[in-house]
Amino acid sequence: MNVTTTSRHGWENDPLLTVENLTMRFGGLVAVDNLSFTVGRGDITALIGPNGAGKTTVFNCVTGFYKPTEGRIVMRHGPGRRDEAVEELTDSAARYARQDDGAVFLLERMPDFTISRTAKVARTFQNIRLFGGMTCLENLLVAQHNPLMRASGFSIAGLLNLPSYRSAAKNAKDRAIYWLEQCRLIHRADDPAADLPYGDQRRLEIARAMCSEPHLLCLDEPAAGLNPRESAELNDLLQFIRAETGTSILLIEHDMGVVMKISDHVVVLDYGRKIADETAEAVRNDPKVIAAYLGVDDESEIEDEEIRADLHRGEQQAGTEGGEA
Amino acid sequence: MAGETESGTGQEQPVATTQPEGAQIKSEERADAPNLVVDTGPSGLSERLKQAAVATFVTAVLGFFFLPIRTSIAPGGLDITWRWSLYALALIFAFFGKLLVDAYLLSPAGPRVRAMVSGLFILGFAVLYAWHPLGDILFGTGQFEELLGSVLIGVVFGAILLGLVLLISRATGKIGTPATGVAAQKKADRITSFGTWSLRILFVVALLLPWIVMFLFPNRDRQLIDISILILTYVMLGWGLNIVVGLAGLLDLGYVAFYAVGAYAYALLAQYLGFGFWMALPLAGLFAALWGLVLGFPVLRLRGDYLAIVTLAFGEIIRVVLLNWSDFTGGPDGIGRIPKPTLFGIEFNRGEGGFADIFGLDYDTIHRFIFFYYIIFVLALITHFATMRLRRLPVGRAWEALREDEIACRSLGINTTLVKLSAFSIGAMFGGFAGSFFATRQGFISPESFTFIESAIILAIVVLGGLGSQIGVVFASIVMIGGIELLRNIGFMSVVFGENFDPTQFRMLIFGLAMVLIMVWKPRGLISARQPSAVYKERKSIGADVVAQGEGH
Repeated sequence: MNVTTTSRHGWENDPLLTVENLTMRFGGLVAVDNLSFTVGRGDITALIGPNGAGKTTVFNCVTGFYKPTEGRIVMRHGPGRRDEAVEELTDSAARYARQDDGAVFLLERMPDFTISRTAKVARTFQNIRLFGGMTCLENLLVAQHNPLMRASGFSIAGLLNLPSYRSAAKNAKDRAIYWLEQCRLIHRADDPAADLPYGDQRRLEIARAMCSEPHLLCLDEPAAGLNPRESAELNDLLQFIRAETGTSILLIEHDMGVVMKISDHVVVLDYGRKIADETAEAVRNDPKVIAAYLGVDDESEIEDEEIRADLHRGEQQAGTEGGEA
Repeated sequence: MAGETESGTGQEQPVATTQPEGAQIKSEERADAPNLVVDTGPSGLSERLKQAAVATFVTAVLGFFFLPIRTSIAPGGLDITWRWSLYALALIFAFFGKLLVDAYLLSPAGPRVRAMVSGLFILGFAVLYAWHPLGDILFGTGQFEELLGSVLIGVVFGAILLGLVLLISRATGKIGTPATGVAAQKKADRITSFGTWSLRILFVVALLLPWIVMFLFPNRDRQLIDISILILTYVMLGWGLNIVVGLAGLLDLGYVAFYAVGAYAYALLAQYLGFGFWMALPLAGLFAALWGLVLGFPVLRLRGDYLAIVTLAFGEIIRVVLLNWSDFTGGPDGIGRIPKPTLFGIEFNRGEGGFADIFGLDYDTIHRFIFFYYIIFVLALITHFATMRLRRLPVGRAWEALREDEIACRSLGINTTLVKLSAFSIGAMFGGFAGSFFATRQGFISPESFTFIESAIILAIVVLGGLGSQIGVVFASIVMIGGIELLRNIGFMSVVFGENFDPTQFRMLIFGLAMVLIMVWKPRGLISARQPSAVYKERKSIGADVVAQGEGH
């Protein structure tokens, strides 16, 4: 089933998320067709493909916004493959199983909000979904709803303003301020999110997702609409997130500059099927990928040029800047 | 007036830029006005006059069969009475009303045009006043002076009301508009301190209101305190509904159901189990909260219009059940003899052991009114402080986040089902408290008191006040409930419309008019700015244009 089922890749040995035989049908349309891939722990994994390839559908299945027609999506906390636990869980009716040193989750069985709350998968959206009328700080506090809710004793300790809640609230605010600083949004902390420029909104959405302390951060086109300088800053931010928190990142992206520079692992989709699953370098030279992205022969020349230049730019950036990192 | 030329009202004459501060306020005002009207509004005086003439003509044509001709039954058939004075007055009002509304609200004119229009209006009346023959021809001999006096009272009353609202909304709503420069910053600070000070004064006035009323209006104190109690009841209901509609963004058209549940819970507990008010009050809140959960469950999946329709139906279901379950609730006859609350066991009765007796006062029914006033005052304050506290807790932030974007909420691990249910049940609980207070104040309740129109009034208060704004609800309640009660005492309208005119019959018409005016002038309510629930460095209020409204609006 998997083209590259070899243990030479780190993501096969220590997977965080495995998507197995995922199929999603909308009526007669097969958006995702028998897709399997793995997200390695601590990796930055990119999901790329032409428009309409089914990338966002995969995201929606992973984060529970769609229930997949078929397939299994396993999320693991704690190191190792945990194959036995996964099989045991699959045979049972449970949604997840806690173990001594971690847990396994079957995401396709879980409602959307528990995927973020329990399985610790956070996401951003292709069309930014911020709480526009709330300030940046409030946006980040909303993301810490569940721990705060427990600390507020389901509002009773909070209404009485007990010390336990006060300290939890202070911690939450500190965490929010930390992420605002990391995303260089601290000067806009008291401004409504809707007033931020586009690039800042993208970063705020990432900061908000990070405030929910995820194990896996799913980013849907984080670089869309950013200028080259902002894209470079985004690269730094994502690499900082991985280095600082150990959060694994799964991203959908069209900007090859971002993809090629920071990804450890690239999965390429076309018409809902996987056509490549390799390191960034191997994918760049894969003829199938080039054909899917560039089209064959008769496609419009202008588009080809743009994408070719894009790919080329990505190569160059990865080549020149890869050495420094 | 740089703001004028910038926002493109189409005024041709070049105007000097003098006061940047004033210009900024101007452009802020302009930002609030709907652009659509600003763009198409009349510009020069001649254009304005032409438009006013058109409006007058339309009024003349449309009103011809309604205003000057009146048929009445006379011996031997129908009789026609001609009321030319009314017709003339309506046309004059149409002409000047259009001019004034244009100049001040719809397409604000420069000071010159405003002065001219206002001057013309005053001049017109002055000429009529000085030149009696014309006044007598138009309005009948001797009628004009009386009419003028009445109109003046009306104008002054309206101006005071409008001024009050403008002042308050500017003081509380414009705190965080982007201020540039030191002068603007200073002004913002001044306005902020003025806002907090005016609110403090308002609080003190509310606290001492019974004494103020007794001092100023010794002959009408009962009536005025009673109106204040009514207003505070609606303030409390408005604050309760504000949680559901303003914070969580779920449009609830059946809020009166919880009011009814609270009222009937107390009445029935008192009737069947002999509960007193203070014992029944928390239970009434609890019952209402449970009904909030019951109502919440079926509407969880609904969005938009469907949500509104189902909540509307639920409100009616409760009323119909109360109406038809005669054995238990008394049906249309209602429940009477509901016990009054006691002050730590002391009743407000005449004679031995009553409040007046124990404290050595002369018995006076006003004691009970004052007691009621403070009960509802405290209940309303509890509602307010609980709401303000909840807004800063995770559950309150989740309500607001739900209003802003439900999908983003779910992506952050928030159980939107529980969040919606908590909003419904907590909002319902405060409605239940208010309901049991209503039952004890009235002493008699029947399903008649809980019709849809009550829901509509409470919702109107919340919408007029500004969704999510606590102080806006207070002003809206004063205007909607107090204003209508005041209408009873204003005689000038009977001069215009005839002796038998009862303004309270036109409650709904005035409601509608107030709604239309507010929607044109301040589409997001009197106080539309949102105050953030958490602050890093500087508290800035958030303009209504970026705040979402939630489902069903």
